[in-house]
Amino acid sequence: MVCQINTHAAYLDPILIRHRPSDLLQILILAQDHYGYIHSDAIDHISAALKLPRSKIEGVAGFYSFLHLQPPGAYRVLFSDNITDRMSGSVALMESMCSQLWVEPGKLSEDNLLSIDTTSCTGMCDQGPAMLVNGLAINRLTQDRANAICELIREQVPVSAWPAVFFSIEDNIQRRDILLDSHFQSGSSLAALLLRGTDETLQQIKASLLRGRGGAGFSSGAKWELCRQAAGDARFVVCNADEGEPGTFKDRVLLNNFADMVFEGMTLCARIIGAKKGFLYLRGEYRYLLNHLQAVLQRRRQQGLLGNDILGHADFNFDIDIHLGAGAYICGEESALIESLEGKRGTPRNRPPFPVTHGYLNMPTVVNNVETFAAASLIALNGGAWYAGIGTGASSGTKILSVSGDCDCPGIYEYPYGVTVAQVLDDCGARDTQAVQISGPSGVCIAPDEFGRRIAFEDIPTAGSFMVFDKTRDMFEVARNFVHFFKHESCGFCTPCRVGTSLLSNMMDKLANGYGSPYDFAEIEKLNALLQSTSHCGLGHSACNPVLETIAKFRPAYDTRLAHKDFVPSFDLDRALSQARQMTGRNDTGAHLERSQD
Amino acid sequence: MINTFTLDGMSIPFSEGQTIIQAAMAAGVYIPHLCFNPQFKPHGSCKLCTVKVNGRQSSSCTHQALSGMVVESNTTQINDERRMLLQMLFVEGNHFCPSCEKSGNCQLQATAYELHMMSPHFDQFFPDRAVDASHPEYLLDFNRCILCSLCVRASRDVDSKNVFALSGRGIKSRLIVNAKSGLLADTDFCGDDKAANVCPVGVILKKRIGFAVPIGQRSFDEQPISASPHPVMKEV
Amino acid sequence: MNEPAQPKLRVATTSLAGCFGCHTSFLDIDERLLELLKHIEFDRSPLTDIKHCGPCDIGIIEGGVCNAENVHVLREFRANCKILIAIGACAINGGLPAQRNHLSLAEVLEEVYHAQHGLVDGFIPNDPELPLPLDKVHPLHEVVKIDYFIPGCPPSADAIWKVLTDLLDGREPELGHDLIHYD
Repeated sequence: MVCQINTHAAYLDPILIRHRPSDLLQILILAQDHYGYIHSDAIDHISAALKLPRSKIEGVAGFYSFLHLQPPGAYRVLFSDNITDRMSGSVALMESMCSQLWVEPGKLSEDNLLSIDTTSCTGMCDQGPAMLVNGLAINRLTQDRANAICELIREQVPVSAWPAVFFSIEDNIQRRDILLDSHFQSGSSLAALLLRGTDETLQQIKASLLRGRGGAGFSSGAKWELCRQAAGDARFVVCNADEGEPGTFKDRVLLNNFADMVFEGMTLCARIIGAKKGFLYLRGEYRYLLNHLQAVLQRRRQQGLLGNDILGHADFNFDIDIHLGAGAYICGEESALIESLEGKRGTPRNRPPFPVTHGYLNMPTVVNNVETFAAASLIALNGGAWYAGIGTGASSGTKILSVSGDCDCPGIYEYPYGVTVAQVLDDCGARDTQAVQISGPSGVCIAPDEFGRRIAFEDIPTAGSFMVFDKTRDMFEVARNFVHFFKHESCGFCTPCRVGTSLLSNMMDKLANGYGSPYDFAEIEKLNALLQSTSHCGLGHSACNPVLETIAKFRPAYDTRLAHKDFVPSFDLDRALSQARQMTGRNDTGAHLERSQD
Repeated sequence: MINTFTLDGMSIPFSEGQTIIQAAMAAGVYIPHLCFNPQFKPHGSCKLCTVKVNGRQSSSCTHQALSGMVVESNTTQINDERRMLLQMLFVEGNHFCPSCEKSGNCQLQATAYELHMMSPHFDQFFPDRAVDASHPEYLLDFNRCILCSLCVRASRDVDSKNVFALSGRGIKSRLIVNAKSGLLADTDFCGDDKAANVCPVGVILKKRIGFAVPIGQRSFDEQPISASPHPVMKEV
Repeated sequence: MNEPAQPKLRVATTSLAGCFGCHTSFLDIDERLLELLKHIEFDRSPLTDIKHCGPCDIGIIEGGVCNAENVHVLREFRANCKILIAIGACAINGGLPAQRNHLSLAEVLEEVYHAQHGLVDGFIPNDPELPLPLDKVHPLHEVVKIDYFIPGCPPSADAIWKVLTDLLDGREPELGHDLIHYD
């Protein structure tokens, strides 16, 4: 026993010495990196060292999909389960791998070697089907690639020795505008800031009419100013890189190619609000970017763009830590993200108060999207009026769209705000388009008669997800996939979302399984109303959006599911007798039940 | 000057810092609730206390009372929604009242009576949850847990013990205890703890005293929960 | 209750996976049964021993659905009764029989017919006369549409009386605090 605890102390102590109790999630991630999972003895050690109760540590570990309290196998294969992955064949590939490797989905193989399961969208929709193997992204899966992976696992080749080509990730930048085409010089925006002065730079941000790129569209200048004015001993800048909205992958590309712009935007914000510390909260799915981002931060420190005395100014001190997420979409909600940064379960807080006055460690905190910070760097460089002149009146600047689904050229498209859906469809080579899901499952589903609508806060606001569905696609199945996503990602805090997303998934499954009737349809609509009116946060409010949107616009996809005139059970009564048939060896007519009466 | 807001047409006085439900309870007006207990910091998870504040839904246990606000609570629409929330809680767990020691003293049951819940309506989840009978004096029946986290808050904030915590996520959320074995007997839980006496349903139960009070004389047999939301429980 | 002006309502009752406690409670309406019989007549019911349900105004079912026969009876009631009432805890949420739901049916049958102490060469009965058990016990409303529910284990005679008289008088049935209980 003592010996075992010492085993864990050997790798835990160096981790613990570098972290505070509020970094619990980061500690757990590192502990798992070392040992493969979070051993019960490791929890003892962490608990003693940090003086945190074991129940709290288990509670946090249990919240995040990528943390394991039991041995998960040497190979953990997670298929990205976004609808776009499914459209490009992920379901068949997963079945094939499961059968080749003799493992049931979601279960550890009998030899404890591997597990194969699904996970929420991994942000590789432009190059799916995608998977994570031991946390690392592999894209463009084909049957050949799946076979090769099976062979590597069977031969127990360490993932680090797998062919590098499996792990190559393309940027797929298809259209550049002011941001992606800016040839940004690191330090240039900070130099402009220092030249112009802090107050004037804030005025420029305000004059630019920049609004948050996460989708909600709050004025960035107003947010920074509120934070600057809020009372507090310390202030914090947080960059939300928990890009979990299915179909979104722009932050992946920004962080891969434009990390300097993002970090510089954070540093500008820090100077303006008076923060000394910033965090980039990077979704666990993008951890392959971690080394690169750390290297950029290190270079910026060496260049005098981060750390103490930035650009020689004795009162300009700011540094950035990267915190990893661990498989929890809800942490993209800013108050849940802050909870997670504080090492807690990612449960959205009660608001008000808002993070801008009571954020990280209850101190005034600015939380902005990756793209927002990058845009702020451009504005500091080129001025607010320049930026405000681009886009539409209410939506200044450009928006980066993540285009995926049924089109010739999926990838990243940057447009001035105001671009029509039709224009984007034309540019990406979409044909026979039936629908576009904009801003992910919680966004809107657009039918062809609305393709003239514009990407803009005043028409269709979006965090960037743009999923294209051609006429061969079944919009009911699209909605069902999204509803399952919300069920998987509900934090479980409030009753309506915790139970309601499960009920909604069950009802959509009932329809899919051929047991639907108008009764179920009415039930779905009742649930939708309840979720919208009583949920704790936006996840619950929008969990029914995919269903509402597709019912409103693609009703025939539902009508074909309403196979019955009147209520029938959600399960097959005859199949419910199969176990008894098997046990008794009976197969007479009395041993069967008709499916339903109508 | 006394601050007031309007609740279903009644004028409710409040003092600075009070939430809607606190002011309403002080004025003797019942707003259905489960995860709220006046002795603990409200956190707003069960959503039973949802009201309309100036036309928008909000949890009355966390919403600060403000002068002049117009609050609706006892309306058909809101009570219909509350009933659905109760039905969700009933199907999520295994709530078999006839065999539950807490029956008659259970806030979930009494609130369901109050809101005329005649059936759980949805399909039962029938989850498979274990019972922890390891402790010599107390029993934990997780089948009945509604994840209100009152025991978590009581143990953490009053007892300074952290015996209870929530783990898991979403529909897999569950109550855990602070022991490597996962068993209550291996925690420092004791019957004098606040956490031992705060469960609104029948999860945390003292052994050997079940069904002590005859049907008809239990807390919520005698008067509805709306008349006395937090009575001194007779069996405890 | 109004004086009978119309033909009597036909009422059928049955017990599925229940204990007949709800029927016993029904009989506990005592002398009011005579008053009730001025307004209703019984079709299929343990009280009449009629084996199959004909067209009825009201069907009252106690017990959950645990086997194939329960399904047949429940469907017969739904097909014949204008109003179907689930009565008692078992009909409403599965009740006591549903306590087996966290076990697989195989485990249950093994335990009862093979593993039980004292069984010699135990085998699982396979007579076609016997209804096969479903893998899970279900409340009635998971199998057919139910119009009204009278909770209780059993509901009191007064609760049953109240619901029936409300229906006879054309009111939406409603149970006050003293009549609604789940135990």
